Amino acid sequence: MSALEPTTPSALQRAGWAWRSYALTLPALLLLVAVIGYPLLTIVLRSLSEPQWGLQNYAWFFGAPVNLTVLQRTFTISAWVTVVCVLCAYPYAYLMTAVGPRVRLVLVLCVLIPFWVSGVVRTLSWVILLQDSGVINSLLRSAGFDGVRLIRTQTGVVIGMAQVLLPFMILPLYSVMKGIDLRLVQAARSLGARPSRAFFTVYLPLSLPGVYAGAIIVFILALGFYITPALLGGPRSTMLSTLVQTQVLSLLQWGRGGAMGVVLLIATFVLLALAAPVMRSRYRDAGRR
Amino acid sequence: MEMKPLTRLILGLVCLLVAIWLVAPTLVVVPMSFNENKSLAFPPQGFSWQWYQNFATNPEWSTSFLNSLKVASLVAVLATVLGTLAAFGLDRMKARPANLLRMLMLTPMVVPGVVLAIGIYAVYLDAQLVGTLTGFVLAHTILALPFVLIAVSANLEVFDRRLETAAASLGAGALTTFRTVTLPLILPGILSGLLFAFATSFDEIVVSLFITNPYLKTLPVQIFSSITRDADPTVAAVGTILLFATTILIGGGMLLLGRERKGRL
Repeated sequence: MSALEPTTPSALQRAGWAWRSYALTLPALLLLVAVIGYPLLTIVLRSLSEPQWGLQNYAWFFGAPVNLTVLQRTFTISAWVTVVCVLCAYPYAYLMTAVGPRVRLVLVLCVLIPFWVSGVVRTLSWVILLQDSGVINSLLRSAGFDGVRLIRTQTGVVIGMAQVLLPFMILPLYSVMKGIDLRLVQAARSLGARPSRAFFTVYLPLSLPGVYAGAIIVFILALGFYITPALLGGPRSTMLSTLVQTQVLSLLQWGRGGAMGVVLLIATFVLLALAAPVMRSRYRDAGRR
Repeated sequence: MEMKPLTRLILGLVCLLVAIWLVAPTLVVVPMSFNENKSLAFPPQGFSWQWYQNFATNPEWSTSFLNSLKVASLVAVLATVLGTLAAFGLDRMKARPANLLRMLMLTPMVVPGVVLAIGIYAVYLDAQLVGTLTGFVLAHTILALPFVLIAVSANLEVFDRRLETAAASLGAGALTTFRTVTLPLILPGILSGLLFAFATSFDEIVVSLFITNPYLKTLPVQIFSSITRDADPTVAAVGTILLFATTILIGGGMLLLGRERKGRL
């Protein structure tokens, strides 16, 4: 081929590229099928076939009050974590948009520093801080709140999980807030709205896409949490993940553990599917502004 | 947005508390690691280096550290190669199949860790991959792949494809074009993918807890079992070392980047 030939790709070349582009993704797809697809399929099959074919594992799961309590608790804890994250992240992300570059750098660093330390070590820190003889309890005691228990309680688990998940709430919220045109708030003010009214009718609705995006991510990640509840929680704050682990590793009940895993998996994907159209349309609205 | 002074003060205070809440747990391990007694009670007593010595000399700790380095390095290379190839493929596909495949490749990020862990454990039991280097590398690679894909794809999106056409029109072959034009331009994406992949593997705990055995433990597994077994401040020493290593790496990277940018201007 001479170098001076026109360079628009011919139909044949394009077909070649289409074929090649699939070939490029093939190694990753093969690994995906082998290390994610096949294992998940195995779990689904085992939940339906052990000890014999049928839905007995699911009937057991939804028939035992203990399991339903844990299922409900998993959702409750995740919801609390999401609420705590939204409440803490909103003012924080707002401040990030309102300050100068130097302070913003410090605020961003505070969000990123938790990622620098291994997740397990961070949970260890919470064990140290929340233990009965720990700093937080001593502070509470000197403030007159005696006998508050944090470790091995749901409160402790929520505190630890929310700290781990907070960055996933702050970052999407910040990216949405950064794009909000503050002149809209000024316009509301100039038309006579009080600052609080301008905030609630103009700024808050515009920032909701970020809240939704962050809340969905946090809630879904929280549902599957394993390490934090395992180390910070007690028997009364067991989450679904721990139950799955107990069934499989301690009781060797692959069918039952598998059924629980499938329930958790389905809950995650249903939430994702429900959230996807909402988030997409919200983003479009925000973009149209 | 204008604010009353009181609102401003409250906002500042709330954010300060949030910042402390974010950062303090990260730093707690530093004083704990110099504890004189074998306890994790806060505040620590006295001063000693013994937990650092224990980390360096106790084979349980040093071996698991080396294992993690080995696994994470292999994962970083493998995930980066597979993820970069896939990102290129997806970039050159029609939008519909590309979106579908991209969603598939991002599933490892949303599948709950324990569900994935029991699945992989079940398959590894049959394939005799429990407690093997291959097993760890394969499992961690699939978990790291989405991060590489995201990083490289973001770079490809802003990459001007006409540069490749220009190189080709000047007579460069496909491989030369890739090596001299495409690769240098998307290198930042590939490098950050590599870093993310390494960090993902080095930090992975849930799947690792299931596929580990006494012969092959990674550092997070060792930390986890140490926490659940007894109050050994060696964990705090490890945490401190990791904290300083990352700080130096990130600080150094930022300094280098800053200098490069200044040099260019």
